[in-house]
Amino acid sequence: MTTVELLWNGLAAFLTLCIFSFLYKDNPFYKFAEQLVAGVALGYWTMLLYHTTFTDKVLIPIFQQGKLHYILPTIMGIMMWTRFSKKLAYLSRIAIAFYIGVGTGVALPLYMYNYVFRQLQATVVPLQFSWLGLNSLLMVTFVTCTLFYFFFSKEHKGTFGGLSKVGIYTLMAGFGASFGLTVMGRVALLVQRIIFLREYFIALFGS
Amino acid sequence: MKWHEKMLNIDRRWIYLILGVAVIVPAVVSFHVPVNVTPEVRRVYDFIEDLKPGDIFYVGIDYDPASLAELHPMAYAILDQCFRKDIKPVVATLSQFGAGMAEQVLSEVAAEYGKESGIDYCYLGYKPYPAITIMLMGVDFRVPFPQDYYGTPIDSIPMMRYVHNFDDLKGVISLSAGTSSEFWIIYGYGRYFMPLALGVTGVMAADYYPYLQSGQIFGLISGIKGAAEYEALTEYKGEGLKSIPYQTASHVVILAFIIVSNIGYFASRRSKK
Repeated sequence: MTTVELLWNGLAAFLTLCIFSFLYKDNPFYKFAEQLVAGVALGYWTMLLYHTTFTDKVLIPIFQQGKLHYILPTIMGIMMWTRFSKKLAYLSRIAIAFYIGVGTGVALPLYMYNYVFRQLQATVVPLQFSWLGLNSLLMVTFVTCTLFYFFFSKEHKGTFGGLSKVGIYTLMAGFGASFGLTVMGRVALLVQRIIFLREYFIALFGS
Repeated sequence: MKWHEKMLNIDRRWIYLILGVAVIVPAVVSFHVPVNVTPEVRRVYDFIEDLKPGDIFYVGIDYDPASLAELHPMAYAILDQCFRKDIKPVVATLSQFGAGMAEQVLSEVAAEYGKESGIDYCYLGYKPYPAITIMLMGVDFRVPFPQDYYGTPIDSIPMMRYVHNFDDLKGVISLSAGTSSEFWIIYGYGRYFMPLALGVTGVMAADYYPYLQSGQIFGLISGIKGAAEYEALTEYKGEGLKSIPYQTASHVVILAFIIVSNIGYFASRRSKK
């Protein structure tokens, strides 16, 4: 590691320890690191949006390339900002309505196809006498039982109650899998920081 | 306070301390943990392995520094595989804080293989609004990205001269820590039927298995375990495999805490009866 890298990594190690100090209790070091992240992120994003959106989609097309039809979406973008004026706030609704209308029109068929039809198609498959067939059968059974659990207009008693109970266990299994993966993910964040600190201190003091 | 009540009321700071010690142990005493490769990770590896030199493959670095621990190792291993096979990756990010990280990983791996920007790979940078960006990439990359990250017009980039839209790509992998993976499924696969694979954080992984089963994605790399599996396949020595002993030690501690708290719970239920 060069001296410059050591200095930058030293700052990163210091900020990591500042954040970890919150595990004991809230303190000024944690607050400093937290506010630094928020400030840097805001400044970075503002500049990034200016350069990747405003320059690309407004300044260059209109003023350099003479594409005057870009003025229309620019005006609609400005209309969004009129929400801050009591007098002109109604103009923002036009832009928002356009945005929502286009968004819904484009998204609705694709959402139905991807989230409903494709999932249904993958759930209800022809029965076959194999491990794959057993897997499909279990899946149909557990999906059906889970749907029973979410059927609230009938009391969950008798056979119906039994089926909905299987639905609860299915949901529990799903939540368990999610919890396990979440633990793995959160621990990974800690592990990565520990590996970073270890390598930094080795670079600093030698192994 | 009875013993089982104590088990249910352990101060969280003790838990943090014990977990901290457990994570530090592998840093001092190294040990090996074998990694078994799952079929969903192998399918991603095989897909890229089957591509021919010169094929164009899209790699989305759609995450920010908060998810770097889990997704960066995947990015390194995948790009390493692409460059080793002379596959030309087109890289972009749909995450606002991903631009710098994507540039770092791409330039580091490219330098190892002596690959040149614009000839062997193309880095497009960041564009906001993932859904719109993905749809426009399906029309023409030049619409959302008139120039690459370094300001070079797309038409002046030799590698991109004949690359117009998804028809010119062999496949897509999005390494994602947010909603962009959903947008890739809805628009990338749902509208353009791109062969799509995802690399996601552990927290998200359970939500994406249904798409794997339905064939909407052909492969799934989940969390640091998935990253380690991919490194094992590509023989890339990265952070994924390095993390596994630490993960294992901390998982053992968490399991012990779950067992202890369950013993406490059942014991206190029995004493109430």
